[in-house]
Amino acid sequence: MIVGIASGKGGTGKTTVAVNLAASLPEPVLLLDCDVEEPNCHLFLAPQVTASARVSIPVPVLEESKCTSCGLCSKICEYHAIAFLGDRPLIFPELCHGCGGCHWVCPTGALTEIPNEIGVVETATVPSGTLVQGRLHVGKALSPPLIRAVKQHARPEGITLVDSPPGTACSLAAALTGCDFALLVAEPTRFGQYDLSLLVDSVRELKIPCGVLINRSRGRDDPVRAYCREQGIPVLGEIPEREELARAYARGRLAIQVLPELAGTLRDLWSQITVLAGRSTSGRRRL
Amino acid sequence: MKVLVTTTGKSLDSPVDPRFGRAELFAVVETETNQLDIVTNDEARGALQGAGIQAAELAVRLGVQVVLTGHCGPKAFAALQAAGVQVVAGASGTVAQAIEALFSGKLQPTTSPDVRGHWA
Repeated sequence: MIVGIASGKGGTGKTTVAVNLAASLPEPVLLLDCDVEEPNCHLFLAPQVTASARVSIPVPVLEESKCTSCGLCSKICEYHAIAFLGDRPLIFPELCHGCGGCHWVCPTGALTEIPNEIGVVETATVPSGTLVQGRLHVGKALSPPLIRAVKQHARPEGITLVDSPPGTACSLAAALTGCDFALLVAEPTRFGQYDLSLLVDSVRELKIPCGVLINRSRGRDDPVRAYCREQGIPVLGEIPEREELARAYARGRLAIQVLPELAGTLRDLWSQITVLAGRSTSGRRRL
Repeated sequence: MKVLVTTTGKSLDSPVDPRFGRAELFAVVETETNQLDIVTNDEARGALQGAGIQAAELAVRLGVQVVLTGHCGPKAFAALQAAGVQVVAGASGTVAQAIEALFSGKLQPTTSPDVRGHWA
């Protein structure tokens, strides 16, 4: 089973939930850190890196002598990575998404493709199983191809957890696509509730069943619970607002080391997810 | 000569918009006749990335010879340069004052981008 851990807002506790859930389950867990701009699961897991692979996207280069100045390459580019201004196309590789459209449409073969390295995928052994993380190179703006490269490691058999990037942009869609369930981590504030509502819209668009975990809960009714009731979204558990959890996090320690009962909460959360994901009739989607 | 000045308003007395790619409006002034056309830059402004390139493409479509603005980044600069459009950065005050500064020689053509790109 593949479960994505997501939040509309950054800093709600996705990584906390991902690493502690992995450490609380009895069986080995494959944890995919898809927050490739800032992968931080490794900070809590003392990883022994066993493999590292470079990830590239194909970007076009122009062979000027073959160019007939037809401008088709510029017209097909959705991302404005090719401007046609003088009498030759001007290529901006940093905007290229590597779709290959320009190469395909060029009638004279003037555009060839060269690899543009955007990041690395690292595999590591950790106490809770295996960690695979993507690291986007500094200065690269395009994370989805790297996220998809990390997602290639996901396995339907066993347990795969996907720590997603924050927000609701294409990087989130790349992380959640193919997941059997989305665990949404939210803070019990109005701000947290608003960003959760944006995330719920995205997850519904992706047709992935979901449930909410409230982090930093004060143990009383709050805007997130009210929203979940109204929307019919199950609240699967909560992590209390506790200073020792913040202290443990700041030192790179697992929350379950300072609050052992949290492991029970997370195992209970997992059994609910198993039921809810199994009940889904949407079937498995392509990764 | 056709000069494009980035602006936030719709007259010659409107302030210069210091940004090129994400400028609100383009004031296109035919300096021979002082004829003023106001063109919206909405497509480039709303772009997730590559605003400077799209704004440059618009400037080229408008057939201007000079772009007068506050700052110009590397991609917009490269695009305008490829099209043979002169870039003059450092403009401030109103549209009319910026054009005057250009003609009096206070503002000189820019030979390289004066700010860094947002993604590099």
